[in-house]
Amino acid sequence: MSVLLIAEHNNKELKPFTLNAVTAASQMDTDLHAVIIGSNCGDAAKKLSELPLVKKVIQVEAAHYENFVAENFAPVIVKLAESYSHVVCSANTFGKNLMPRIAASLDTSQVSDIIKVISADTFLRPIYAGNAFATVKSKDPKKCITIRPTSFDPCESSGGSAQIEKVEPSEEFNNTKFVKREEIKSDRPELGTARVVVSGGRGMQSGDNFKLITSVADKLNAAIGASRAAVDAGYISNDHQVGQTGKVVVPDLYIAIGISGAIQHLAGMKESKVIVAINKDGEAPIFSVADYGLEADLFEAVPQFIEELNKLNTIQK
Amino acid sequence: MKILVAVKRVIDYNVQVRVKEDNTGVVTENVKMSTNPPDDNAIEEAVKIKESGKATEVVAVSVGEEKAQETVRKALAVGADRGILIKADGILEPLAVSKLLQKIVEKEKPDLVFMGKQAIDDDCNQTGQMLSALLNWPQATFASKIEIKDKKLEVTREIDEGLETIEINIPAIVTCDLRLNEPRYASLPNIMKAKKKPIEQINASDLGVDTSPRIEQIKVEEPPKRKAGIKVKSVAELVQKLKNEAKVI
Repeated sequence: MSVLLIAEHNNKELKPFTLNAVTAASQMDTDLHAVIIGSNCGDAAKKLSELPLVKKVIQVEAAHYENFVAENFAPVIVKLAESYSHVVCSANTFGKNLMPRIAASLDTSQVSDIIKVISADTFLRPIYAGNAFATVKSKDPKKCITIRPTSFDPCESSGGSAQIEKVEPSEEFNNTKFVKREEIKSDRPELGTARVVVSGGRGMQSGDNFKLITSVADKLNAAIGASRAAVDAGYISNDHQVGQTGKVVVPDLYIAIGISGAIQHLAGMKESKVIVAINKDGEAPIFSVADYGLEADLFEAVPQFIEELNKLNTIQK
Repeated sequence: MKILVAVKRVIDYNVQVRVKEDNTGVVTENVKMSTNPPDDNAIEEAVKIKESGKATEVVAVSVGEEKAQETVRKALAVGADRGILIKADGILEPLAVSKLLQKIVEKEKPDLVFMGKQAIDDDCNQTGQMLSALLNWPQATFASKIEIKDKKLEVTREIDEGLETIEINIPAIVTCDLRLNEPRYASLPNIMKAKKKPIEQINASDLGVDTSPRIEQIKVEEPPKRKAGIKVKSVAELVQKLKNEAKVI
């Protein structure tokens, strides 16, 4: 028994959630190897070898791995999987795209998006957008598991010195070509990892009014989120969407402004440590998950809130 | 060009899902069922491509119990030409569904297979990618824009970092994001017309696929409840609580 973790990276550095995935994988078996597939990814491979929980690093390099095309990655991992009992990856868009392609090739029924490792073959996972938790046991000889990164702590990132073994690349898959990637750049913390998230909903009434959300976020050094309704109404771009069909966030503080709290939105934020809701509808479902609810017109309350924050000296920058 | 679209019957997204008291699953009796939302986007896109003259036939397929026929019928009402229902009872894992769909692809020989990126019941997000693997076809997952360019597709994908564009050769699999398009509603005349469109019924057992589950569902529980919070009376009180009680600002 040993576990193969697929590292997520950008060829220079590891993606932060790789550390959370290492933690999850190590709970399945401590004999943990990590594979990094990329192009000129030596620096990232070295970082991977420094994670104390990783016993061995397998590095596979070729030009056709530069852009993480699943059709190129899957054959490499399917071949390596011969020597492992588990293949593990984060359930973000990288892992969601890749792992089922591996699992089907191994004739394994994948377990997606687990939030807890109960034993080497038994896992807890949310279903119905987190409205139910299922305990499931994989009976396949080889297990393919994706993990929800925010449900596991990041592992130690330094002190280890695992051996790095280089493995020959597989052939390129010629029917898929990467064209371009448009990354959204921002000075703000990333939505998925921010300590504070301030979100606006349909109650904001216009894209222009989202300036209020921006002002609160500036004060708290927060990421900006939005409900699906606000995105659909065109108030803000969809990369800000929190919810079942957007991002799942688990910040220390989540402030929902003008958000009613549809099931699909709650699924994306209800694990936050402290939830604040500001909404003029006292019956809005968001209040059922809020630690602190303020029933008020947001256009009066939010400017006051900004003013109160200005008075505090504890503003975190 | 022929497009096969896979659709799934799930509990309607507006229904508050309840866990069964014996913890064997969730309550589905007397609960409104609908098409899995991103599968509606998949059908819409296929129908739009046909309307633009770039496809000649749209075939809707579903796997599930007899009642999944309603889901196929709905796809026919918004523009699919004919339907296929693969009848199978009990829990079907994405691996089994993708093997069944593989058989249909081999029979129907479509140029494209569309489906939603994820079903909102089991939240697996696997079937499209698995079908691509079994067929060794290219996959474009989480598509928010599809452009047909001769024997190629240019697809914009929603990824964590932003957007990614890839070019894939036909035949190919595309899994659709909710932002791909705005699904239309079925008009009454089209609902009536759909009743006359053919739906072929096939038993899963006749396709020679072992659909028995590989994952044992031990129990299904309610998620832990958040303890009830409080309502504050003013912004000042809110800020004081956040600072002194929750200590988060």
